[in-house]
Amino acid sequence: MPHRLLKFGFNKEHPEPRMFHAPAQLKDEYDVVIIGGGGHGLGAAYYLARDYGITNVAVIEKGYIGGGGTGRNTAIVRSNYLTNEGARFYQASIELFQDLSREFDLNLFYSERGHFTLAHSPASLRTQRWRAEVNKHLGIDSEVIGPSEVKRLVPEIDLQCGGHLSPIHGALYHPPGAVARHDAVAWGYARGADRAGVEIHQQTEVTDIEIRDHAVIGVHTDKGFIKTGKVLSAVAGWTTAITPMVGLRTPLTVHPLQAVVSEPLKPWLDKIVVSASLHLYVSQSARGELVAGASLDPYELISMRSTLDFTEGVSSHLVDLFPMLGDIKIMRQWAGLCDMTPDFSPIMGTTPIDGFYIDAGWGTWGFKATPISAKTMAATLAEDKDHELIEPFNLSRFSRWQLVGEKGAASVGH
Amino acid sequence: MKIIHCPINGPRPLQEFHFGGQVREMPVGSQVSDAEWADYVFNRSGEPGIQREWWYHTASGTWFIAERDCQSDEFIRTYLYGGRESDA
Repeated sequence: MPHRLLKFGFNKEHPEPRMFHAPAQLKDEYDVVIIGGGGHGLGAAYYLARDYGITNVAVIEKGYIGGGGTGRNTAIVRSNYLTNEGARFYQASIELFQDLSREFDLNLFYSERGHFTLAHSPASLRTQRWRAEVNKHLGIDSEVIGPSEVKRLVPEIDLQCGGHLSPIHGALYHPPGAVARHDAVAWGYARGADRAGVEIHQQTEVTDIEIRDHAVIGVHTDKGFIKTGKVLSAVAGWTTAITPMVGLRTPLTVHPLQAVVSEPLKPWLDKIVVSASLHLYVSQSARGELVAGASLDPYELISMRSTLDFTEGVSSHLVDLFPMLGDIKIMRQWAGLCDMTPDFSPIMGTTPIDGFYIDAGWGTWGFKATPISAKTMAATLAEDKDHELIEPFNLSRFSRWQLVGEKGAASVGH
Repeated sequence: MKIIHCPINGPRPLQEFHFGGQVREMPVGSQVSDAEWADYVFNRSGEPGIQREWWYHTASGTWFIAERDCQSDEFIRTYLYGGRESDA
């Protein structure tokens, strides 16, 4: 076997690309240029081809596909949001996720775990009841459970949180809450789009966007100019570097969000546990590692550096909740960028510039929205009109004072 | 440990500080349109590069302004509003 592998490695003529082709150079013109090769951008390319037959599309990625928010989140999928607009949108996303492995013919390890949002105070329990009622009204499986039920479902949990915090009063329980292999979502969309004829250009950076008479006419990249009438910016944490190119103002500010994984353990935690008061969410991956994230870094920063402060904080909170983890080691840590909006909802759809579409403001809720945002953005590009599900999320909501206050978002204090 | 130069107290660890957001000029509410007011309330520059920010030294209750590169996290300089300056 090693001999065959070695021969394969030195062979100039590989049988076929594993997931997608690497086109040699950019064409002069595309119908659509998508900036950002994450799940959202690649997904939009995939649905443009599948649902609308638009295949003369280039996805331009500055780094490598799935290397931004797509590969840096904690892979949680859920729909128990607080607003009608949000819950409806994320529920549609879950429904697409549930069928995605089959559609891609690629195992996304989509695993329904049940999602707990712990309440450490009566006030927090009240918000969760409100969320549960909104969810039930929209047909989303969600309910409030008491401390004894939490203990029954997650026996390792310390309901007293080590005495450092007020004890667990209950939890919002969302059985369809799931985890998935996040980079495979990007690969699945990339392969599907590639097979339909979409070009994926990695290591290619957009340097400017050419506008004439309030309409997009092309994109400058470090590998030359491309003529196009439609540009989708799907770069999440890097959006504030793109919007000045078209003179668009947004409410986005960028904060890093850090995460860690522990050394692998035998399976013991088959649920996703979130505590807003402890700034913690944790699940166990298929490899046995505990994947844990926290709240946003406390000040604006467009950098994916890691800090010891964070590791100390997240470790101490993990031990508050699960005292038996005292001797477990943290294996790695990383950060991703969160482009935060003031109302914790995304910014999606058309903009005042003809042919410039935005898919941003993904803060801490981007991965779970990948399939539905890709699908609705593809519809928006193809029809040049905001898809009905994303109308409330248009950038113009800020000048109209019609915010979508989404307090069900992760890392948001209640 | 990250160190920030407080214009009053000199170099102090990051943990003693609180971020107060970008420095912005507030327009006179009665003299601008709803759209201009909304732009002030919601929109931020958010661009990579050096920005002027409010910072608060919690231990001494000092608000001051920092010019900071929000990509490299480097503090260029810090100074009191309209007053004393300290090189970071």
